[in-house]
Amino acid sequence: MSIVETPRVTRTEAPVRDGVIGRSPLRPDGIAKVDGSFQFSSDLHAEGAAWGATLRSPHPHARIVSIDVSKAWKIDGVDAVITAADVPGKATYGLIAHDQPVFASDVVRYVGEPVAAVAADHPETCRRALEAIDVVYDELEPLLDPEAAIAGTHPPIHPDGNVVRHQRIVRGDPDATGEVVVEGTYEIGMQDQAFLGLEAALAIPDSGGGGVELHIATQWLHEDRGQIAACLGLPEDQVRLVLGGVGGAFGAREDISLQVHTCLLALRLGKPVRMAYDRAESFLGHVHRHPATIWMRHHATADGEIVKIEARFVLDGGAYASTSSAVLLNAVTHTQGPYRCPNAVVDGWAVRTNHLPCGAMRGFGVVQACFAHESQMDRLAEACGRDPVEIRLRNVMRTGDPLITGQVVESVAPVERCIRETAALPLPDEPIGGRDADPMRLPGGAGRTADVGHVRRGIGWGVSIKNLMYSEGFDDYSTARCRLADGRVTLKFATAEVGQGFVTIAGQIARTILGVDDVDLARIDTGVGSAGSTSASRQTWMSGGAVDAACRQVRERLFEHVADLHGLDPLQLEIDGTDVVDTLGDLRVPVAAATAGQVFDETVEYRHRPTVDLDENGQGDCHVAFAFVAHRAVVDVDPELGLVKVVQIATAQDVGRALNPLSVIGQIEGGIAQGLGLAVMEEIVQVDGRIRNANFTDYLLPTMLDMPPVVATLVEEPDPQAPLGAKGVGEPPCISSTPAIVAAIRDALRDDAGRARPLVRVPVRPQDIALSGTASPDG
Amino acid sequence: MAVVVPMSLREAVDALAANPGALVLAGGTDAMVEINDGHRRVGHAGSPEVVVAVDRVAELRSWTLDPGGSRLTIGAGVTYTELMEEPLASFVPALAEASRTVGSPQIRNAGTLGGNLGTCSPAGDGLPVLSALDAEVHLAGATGTRTVSVHDFMVGVKQTVLAPGEIITAVTVPLLDGWQGYSKVGVRNAMVIATASACLAVDQPTRSVRIALGSVAPTIVRAPEAESFAAGHVDWGAGHVDPATAGEFGRLAAAAARPIDDHRSSAAYRRHAIDVMARRLLERAFRGADPT
Repeated sequence: MSIVETPRVTRTEAPVRDGVIGRSPLRPDGIAKVDGSFQFSSDLHAEGAAWGATLRSPHPHARIVSIDVSKAWKIDGVDAVITAADVPGKATYGLIAHDQPVFASDVVRYVGEPVAAVAADHPETCRRALEAIDVVYDELEPLLDPEAAIAGTHPPIHPDGNVVRHQRIVRGDPDATGEVVVEGTYEIGMQDQAFLGLEAALAIPDSGGGGVELHIATQWLHEDRGQIAACLGLPEDQVRLVLGGVGGAFGAREDISLQVHTCLLALRLGKPVRMAYDRAESFLGHVHRHPATIWMRHHATADGEIVKIEARFVLDGGAYASTSSAVLLNAVTHTQGPYRCPNAVVDGWAVRTNHLPCGAMRGFGVVQACFAHESQMDRLAEACGRDPVEIRLRNVMRTGDPLITGQVVESVAPVERCIRETAALPLPDEPIGGRDADPMRLPGGAGRTADVGHVRRGIGWGVSIKNLMYSEGFDDYSTARCRLADGRVTLKFATAEVGQGFVTIAGQIARTILGVDDVDLARIDTGVGSAGSTSASRQTWMSGGAVDAACRQVRERLFEHVADLHGLDPLQLEIDGTDVVDTLGDLRVPVAAATAGQVFDETVEYRHRPTVDLDENGQGDCHVAFAFVAHRAVVDVDPELGLVKVVQIATAQDVGRALNPLSVIGQIEGGIAQGLGLAVMEEIVQVDGRIRNANFTDYLLPTMLDMPPVVATLVEEPDPQAPLGAKGVGEPPCISSTPAIVAAIRDALRDDAGRARPLVRVPVRPQDIALSGTASPDG
Repeated sequence: MAVVVPMSLREAVDALAANPGALVLAGGTDAMVEINDGHRRVGHAGSPEVVVAVDRVAELRSWTLDPGGSRLTIGAGVTYTELMEEPLASFVPALAEASRTVGSPQIRNAGTLGGNLGTCSPAGDGLPVLSALDAEVHLAGATGTRTVSVHDFMVGVKQTVLAPGEIITAVTVPLLDGWQGYSKVGVRNAMVIATASACLAVDQPTRSVRIALGSVAPTIVRAPEAESFAAGHVDWGAGHVDPATAGEFGRLAAAAARPIDDHRSSAAYRRHAIDVMARRLLERAFRGADPT
């Protein structure tokens, strides 16, 4: 028998401190962002800085015959004119394949590809200089049809070929069949990240020559640095990056845009150079969400249990590879959605065309897959005579289930709970148009196009699974440094704060673990190891894990110090509130006092568990972890005009543990707005390889009148694999909200026989609803 | 580049007489977008050297009702926000509804009715209302003033009869006795450019129905066949319209549209939207708002 001694320490009854984990302290940059004093990267300036600007290709595909810059040089105020010939280092860059030229030298492959850059005393001088550059093009036949890229019927438009990646997944019995078979072909349009803070950078060359310091709004300082240094022909330690204020990212800041150009001009001039894109240039200057065509065929038993899924994915990657291969991996490995599936045959292609380059955007391939698999689940429900919730619960995935890649889902997988908690949320209690029958609340809104009698209401569901962190063997890590001195913590990391709120939770972690209230955040720059990218819903897990680990190491040093002084075993010390206490004795000393005159300083690299590449049959543990979410949309539809008003989104999201509930709700609401945008309005329109709506008059984002109230339940089942139990929450909200909204529109459009309309394309356009015959190529 | 800031209409006309190519700037909600996009230039070779900023001209910012109370003259500098407020909103309800569909509150605080005319976009939200009301547009220049029908004022896409050195001073519309309203289809619920729009105005004493269509032709167009059909088939005594009449009215209105396919929509959808909006507007006019 053992005797368990009750600790004699008396617990303080102090209220929970506001700034710790689980509370929702205000963002440290929140007030400044609201009152306008926050310095975004477009606000950066330096004494005597020159302005830079970029000359871009007007053609989707053309050979460059000649570039004559002599007239540009003659313009007063022009300081520099550079082309591919002026790139001292590597001529190309890219996140995975280095296939994208800093400047096109022989061939341009999309409308908007950089050909030259200038620096001058004023943006207007830059504009004139760009006009004065004489480029002679010999136009080539553009490759605009992804199927032609797959079929090999178009000559390669790049030395790396027209297929960026083909990935096959074969699981179980490829010949298995089900009594019920449903199929469809789905299209996803090209969405833009449309961050409000446009691309901007300030490059400051070192006095005395050599290196350069770049202030830049980016998602990954160290990855940028590697690519920039290679193109500049400089060792990495001569290129220092400082995070400029970031006004949104959503994946669009993962790739290089103006970084290399700005540094090249600054180094050439030996003085600071500022570059900034306007909205039209921003559409050309960053990658977009991949447009996709996805065919899926689901086989199921008569009562709706999935037997096999066949699928074919075609993702148009545009002119350069960017992250297309990883986006494709995500798309094909999420074919099944959050449902069990024993047999599968999936083929996916990411191809190169002369369209705008595509790469990372919130949801990263899973958005596309989810629109297809959720549309299929509704078809399956209809074919089996079950309702959308029933069919999903019938197939729901649980922890321990294998994916079609053979990977076992080890993450906490509360899919059923997400669905049930969402279903338990109240439906809107107001009738169509609201109790006051305000025309603004009907589809068409301010346009007063409908009266209540013209409008029908529908309800739709979307449920999704999303991988967290980087996949396929990537050495993914994050670094954090924690310094505790005189009761004050300073945290240093290179984690890009893009609005997601890591700067808030980093402090919460430190306060919780170290019992201090004063936490300073050092400048976010390359003066510490890489934090990896702010993407893939990974920073709470990865940089949160790094900050957590660094703080714990510091706490060990602190306990050793206190234990030394008092002749105790450090193992019996713990933090209670803001004190160090002896769990076996009477000692209680404030952390501030215990650290007076002391400095504890630890730097930690946090890594998630390793992953592997898929084999040729698409088998392998390629992902780290998964998060789940359910969405239910209520949408009012004017069937005759094809206009919609989303009335409510209900959601229950698997968050692991909400470190900052208010931030989580912010991510949920913002992600749903982005999912709504893809569902009903956001699309880059290209005709013959030329973008037709590179402005916010015609690229429409949801307004307050389009965005409905969100009712949300946070499903908190801490994930034992996550360092803080917390899963990333950024991507799931935008993934299944899109198919939920479309499903609700279909539901509202049921005919007298109860059949829903197919609506196989997003965004759903008014004409897709209103003009029968255009909505459904296969329906 | 010089900016002239006249304080009176006289000064504005003089400034324009001295600089006939000058850019007239009121709210700037169209001009500044074009300038920022590089589609319009000022202060450079081949572009206006002078901007005449008319937002402080008091005469342009006021409105007057004629002594008989039957005609309203609205200064060109009256903003959309002012058009949405009383008493103007009750004088010309369709213009208030159209104004509410323009941009955001900030844009409506700056943008003016005269600017809407000066830009003369087929998607201009105030223009179908002015067309349906047979508005008169008052112009002033160095050689005097003239008044033209709004139908003659609009020549083509962003083209008007304004001569160099001329300025739009005001618009006169009749205060009709009858229901009037504006409808606009766009791809989101506010702050959106028109895919197609329509204004319907009824004049009870003359038993006439007017309908004007936006975004479906190079300029705003009326649908005269639909108008005369409605005048002849509406039950004026009971103030009622039957569904067949409303349906035919919609079809006739759509037939007057000459829409195009572009990146915003298709010609087929635009025509369809006119059909639906015209029918619903007529039903609203003769049954009142939806009773539910």
